[in-house]
Amino acid sequence: MSAATDHGAGHGSGPSTTAGTPVLSLRGVSHSFGAVRALVDVDLDVHPREVVAVVGDNGAGKSTLVGIMAGTIVPDAGELVVDGQELGLTSPGLARQLGIATVFQDLALCDDLDVVENLYLGQELRRGGVLDEVAMEREAWRVLSRLGARVDSVRAPVATLSGGQRQTVAIARALLGDPRVLVLDEPTAALGVTQTAEVLTTIERVRDSGHGVVLVSHNMADVQAVADRVVVLRRGRLNGDFDAEQASYEDIIAAITGVSAPRRRRTAGEDA
Amino acid sequence: MSGTALDLSWRHGGAPWGRWRGEPGPWPVIGALVVLSLVFQAVNGNFLSADNLVNLTLQSASLGIITLGVVLVLMVGQIDLSVGAVSGLAAAVVAVGFVQQGWPLWVAVLTAVLLGAGIGGVYGLLTTRLGLPSFVVTLAGLLVAVGLQVRVLGSTGSVNLPYESWLVRFAQQTFLHPVASYAVVALVLAAYVGSRLLERRRRVEAELSAASLPTVAGRAAVLAVVLLVPTWYLNTDRGVGAMVALFVGLVVVADLLLRRTAWGRSVRAVGSNVDSARRAGIAVRRVYVTCFMACTALAALGGVLSAGRLAAANQGTGGSDLNLTAIAAAVIGGTSLFGGRGSAWSAVLGVLVIQAISSGLTLLNVDSSVRYVVTGVVLALAVTIDAVSRRRSEAGGGVRR
Repeated sequence: MSAATDHGAGHGSGPSTTAGTPVLSLRGVSHSFGAVRALVDVDLDVHPREVVAVVGDNGAGKSTLVGIMAGTIVPDAGELVVDGQELGLTSPGLARQLGIATVFQDLALCDDLDVVENLYLGQELRRGGVLDEVAMEREAWRVLSRLGARVDSVRAPVATLSGGQRQTVAIARALLGDPRVLVLDEPTAALGVTQTAEVLTTIERVRDSGHGVVLVSHNMADVQAVADRVVVLRRGRLNGDFDAEQASYEDIIAAITGVSAPRRRRTAGEDA
Repeated sequence: MSGTALDLSWRHGGAPWGRWRGEPGPWPVIGALVVLSLVFQAVNGNFLSADNLVNLTLQSASLGIITLGVVLVLMVGQIDLSVGAVSGLAAAVVAVGFVQQGWPLWVAVLTAVLLGAGIGGVYGLLTTRLGLPSFVVTLAGLLVAVGLQVRVLGSTGSVNLPYESWLVRFAQQTFLHPVASYAVVALVLAAYVGSRLLERRRRVEAELSAASLPTVAGRAAVLAVVLLVPTWYLNTDRGVGAMVALFVGLVVVADLLLRRTAWGRSVRAVGSNVDSARRAGIAVRRVYVTCFMACTALAALGGVLSAGRLAAANQGTGGSDLNLTAIAAAVIGGTSLFGGRGSAWSAVLGVLVIQAISSGLTLLNVDSSVRYVVTGVVLALAVTIDAVSRRRSEAGGGVRR
């Protein structure tokens, strides 16, 4: 693992398809849960108009990375750089304020609350001190239709929605404050074929409107469909940073599993 | 009274007269009240007399205020077992402070309520900072409060409040003047119709579905009947007690806070799914602490009022089954034990059911053992409805964690 990050991780100097300043950078981020080192010295850059896929096996540190970007986990070491400013992300609310919106794997919806209430949870619109239900409901319809969502009523508790609808509500909520970076944790894991296709289209739409997207997944088909860049985590360390168009499936799998790939071993950054 | 009233169920934060989607809403409780009233009236013609109903409302007020606090704590998925003890402690503080220490009465009342809020603050800190379960923390609080109550009351164990003090007069003899009561009803109706029409206009302008004018008129008419008939009937006797008006006023305030403010929304969110609420950026600890503080402050206020009503505070004030009655009332009224669902109005409905059972059985000269059994059965029914409706809505849902 000593040369794990020798290949273009960070600073946009690698095989990135995008250039310019990143909207979000992680610098030397490490985090441990007790004796378990979940992340070790991880660097990550996210540029505007870019989908960065973070892949890795179970236990590679993907969820920890998501938690750190979402503000739910404060890393032991390292910092986040947003727009050139170094910050400590100490709360989910702060992450949102800085324009980092996260769609969690479990969606983080409140089942007893309706669609509008979930969309605006923690960021309600107010009018003279009280909630402005009319404005929130109007915006809810707008953002949902922009995502091409099919929801009968925005006043139904989300417990009554289907899995795909819930996913759309969670993505719509993340997009509400026009974030700079959208982080999605396994967004298609619970979805069927059609719904997966819809979510992937949504991701492309979000990218094309200028956002940076971090897609955490272990579904390689999804990754190859939408990612511009693929970052591999293995046992908490970066183990490769690939240009999605050039890297082969085998390269990425090899970096994930740590098994030496039969070819292009060096460019995959694998240390046999 | 917001757009949510259009199609959002009562227990999901809609207005009590809104629409329910396969949810029982307040109807089981209202049905229970009607059945109880008819049965008791059939057996004893005095049950629905204005005189008895005035007494029933007066008896409901202080328990109702305590129940309202319990509703808030249940809505965030916590529990407070110490409300009875805290109310007893508050009663003792008022009586001893006013009678023995010679404090001005308002100072004594304020001290008691602030003490109550302080106890809730301690509960909140212990549960949020140390992660202790509220069940145990408030059980410990119960014991401490009972001990303090005995200590404050001293060797006599009982302190009488003078009948001419305003607290006793407020709790026992003050009734709204009939004109004042009708004026309040008219004001509430005007505010309701005005807010609905305003809401409707904004919704139409925003091209959202809006209630039709006949619907607004119909709902206003229903509300008018619901308000005017009891007011008129109570006015044929002594009228609407000041304490009753205070209770209903507190419920209205709590209801508006829960349904129309960001705080109320975060209360329901935390009760529904605390992890989701935290990740949505809600200050979860603050929500817990405010709910615990509101609960114990309301419990203290209820204790102060019951001291006023009895013109005394003794070691039994707030004791015996008051804790459990208040929690049972909240659940019978329709607030979920599982958190996230409920309404301030469930305090009113639940307390009315409890007091109707108690008053009816007293009129029948039935032993109190029967009262406990009947109340217990009603509570079991209420929890069953809660659990079944929750399971049904879960079964109807999509992917769940």
